[in-house]
Amino acid sequence: MLCASVPLCLRLPTIADNICPYEEITMNTIVCIKQVPNVKEVKWYPVTGSLIRKGIPSIINPNDRHAIEAALQLREKHGGEVTIVSMGPSQVEEALREALAMGADKAVQLTDKEFAGSDTWATSYTLGLAIRKIGSWNLILCGKEAMDGMTAQVGPQIAEYLKIPQMTYAVSLEIADGKVRIKQKLGKVQRVLEAPLPALVTVEREINEPRIAPMDSIMEAYEKEIPVWTPEDLGGEAERFGLEGSPTRLKKVFSPKVLKGKVHMLPAEPKEAAAELIRVLKEKYIL
Amino acid sequence: MAASVDINEYRGCWVFVEQSHGKPARVSLELLGKGRELAAKLGVDLTAVVLGDALGSLPQELVAYGAERVLVAEDPVLKEYRTELYADVVAGAVLERRPEVLIVGATPVGRDLAPRLSFRLNAGCTADCTGLDIDQENRLFVSTRPAFGGNVVATIICPNHRPQMATVRPGVMPLPEKEAGRSGEVVPLKVLIKEQDVRVKILESAEAASEGGAIEEAERVLCVGMGGADAETFALIRELAGLLYAEVAATRLAVEAGWLTHDSQVGQTGKTIRPDLYVACGISGAVQHTAGMTGSKLVVAINKDPKAEIFNYADFGIVGDLRKVLPAIIDELKTLRGE
Repeated sequence: MLCASVPLCLRLPTIADNICPYEEITMNTIVCIKQVPNVKEVKWYPVTGSLIRKGIPSIINPNDRHAIEAALQLREKHGGEVTIVSMGPSQVEEALREALAMGADKAVQLTDKEFAGSDTWATSYTLGLAIRKIGSWNLILCGKEAMDGMTAQVGPQIAEYLKIPQMTYAVSLEIADGKVRIKQKLGKVQRVLEAPLPALVTVEREINEPRIAPMDSIMEAYEKEIPVWTPEDLGGEAERFGLEGSPTRLKKVFSPKVLKGKVHMLPAEPKEAAAELIRVLKEKYIL
Repeated sequence: MAASVDINEYRGCWVFVEQSHGKPARVSLELLGKGRELAAKLGVDLTAVVLGDALGSLPQELVAYGAERVLVAEDPVLKEYRTELYADVVAGAVLERRPEVLIVGATPVGRDLAPRLSFRLNAGCTADCTGLDIDQENRLFVSTRPAFGGNVVATIICPNHRPQMATVRPGVMPLPEKEAGRSGEVVPLKVLIKEQDVRVKILESAEAASEGGAIEEAERVLCVGMGGADAETFALIRELAGLLYAEVAATRLAVEAGWLTHDSQVGQTGKTIRPDLYVACGISGAVQHTAGMTGSKLVVAINKDPKAEIFNYADFGIVGDLRKVLPAIIDELKTLRGE
């Protein structure tokens, strides 16, 4: 049956917890990150309106940097380890190296042609399998959404796969009494939520200011080994990966321009333009 | 494929209705309007699903807005939205009754709930759609959303999975007429879960007072882009907004530069608005922005670049420096009002 199993290596309550309820819990956090094209530098072909992908630098999705920072801060306070996971083409290694340079302990890369064409469902399935394989963890952190797709779906879908509580849109995060507590920005409503560990939290940018990887750490990060896992390493059902495992299918792509009729240009001289605009607004019963 | 279902067993169009204190979210009503159109094309009933506590006359209100059936889960445990609880109730109803389409407003709640549901139901869910339709020939739900880079829009289908899910941006679909005379069936859903079984606890909940009015409800909006994002120009925009009784909104970059909060952001990552008057001040007109304003009735664009894309979306354009054009408009208006 699909998604029936839960992570096996979670920390279970022990007698010691009962004797000493304030004993600090060790935080083993997995951060899921995505490498995205740096949209600020994106350019389009003027005629077709399609994206010029060639030569666009890739970066760690900005929201995900805040998730990495949150995990590092938890480790500083509670001990434990920070593991980064990312699925993508081979260049995703750069993003993982950078996360290691920020201070993460380990990284796992998911790269295989079978993963190509994944929608959010297949992506979450693949990341979920990897998280189960990593084993000892009690918190998953994700950025609220990726700046390219902007679906905000993968976090909640991983939580569902792992059958753990999800708490989205965190603007603050703390661990107390073995539980995770967040301040959630749910539109106009601010809530304080608390969940037992293990849990998954997606973070907003307000949560912290991500550190910049220092130069010497970047050099060190290149010495670390990053395992690359394929479908064979993950197990799972072959037909659930990549394009084949994706319920959603792209049907077509087109230019969305809903152009108005031809724009009527008002005079360039400010005073004349203003007078003309007022006349128009009166005519349209706005004034 | 192992997970495929017999898609012909799935019939009906559902709208998840988000509510707060018995009042439906505006986007849920917008979706009932669109849902009726989709249901008619499919030749099926439109069903609303609503969860909460002490919902009062809300189910009847949803009938008046177009639902032919309202599935109601009412229980104190459902008073406030919680992901897993709501997912359990909705997924239970879906598995029992098998709708072919399930649409949800792309609000913070909807964007939290829909992906969790879609994974559990082994269903595809298209996020933040701006258009929904039915391909009648193939009996497929077709959703449209802005795709990467924004200069293109993608249509997405889920041929082999049911239900076909989508979240839809608020403000994109028009609000349907409320007709008190409509009749519909109200069906209670069983709620078996107890508070002590719930894993996520709400320790505090407070509604934040938003600064200024809500731009999505404003009839007039002045929107500031990077061309107007300096202290002097912004002050002029505020002054003009006051004179026009308009709200001030901003593009993503202007919000990121700190001129306004995300509540006031228009565009793909912000809000979709359809005011009577929309004045674009120093906005280049990238489609990520225009995706949120093309429903505006009268669009005026002011930009110093005569080739700015925004002029393609405008009824009236002024090529000029905001710091000269805005004071001229302010003066004209003050003269008009006899100040």
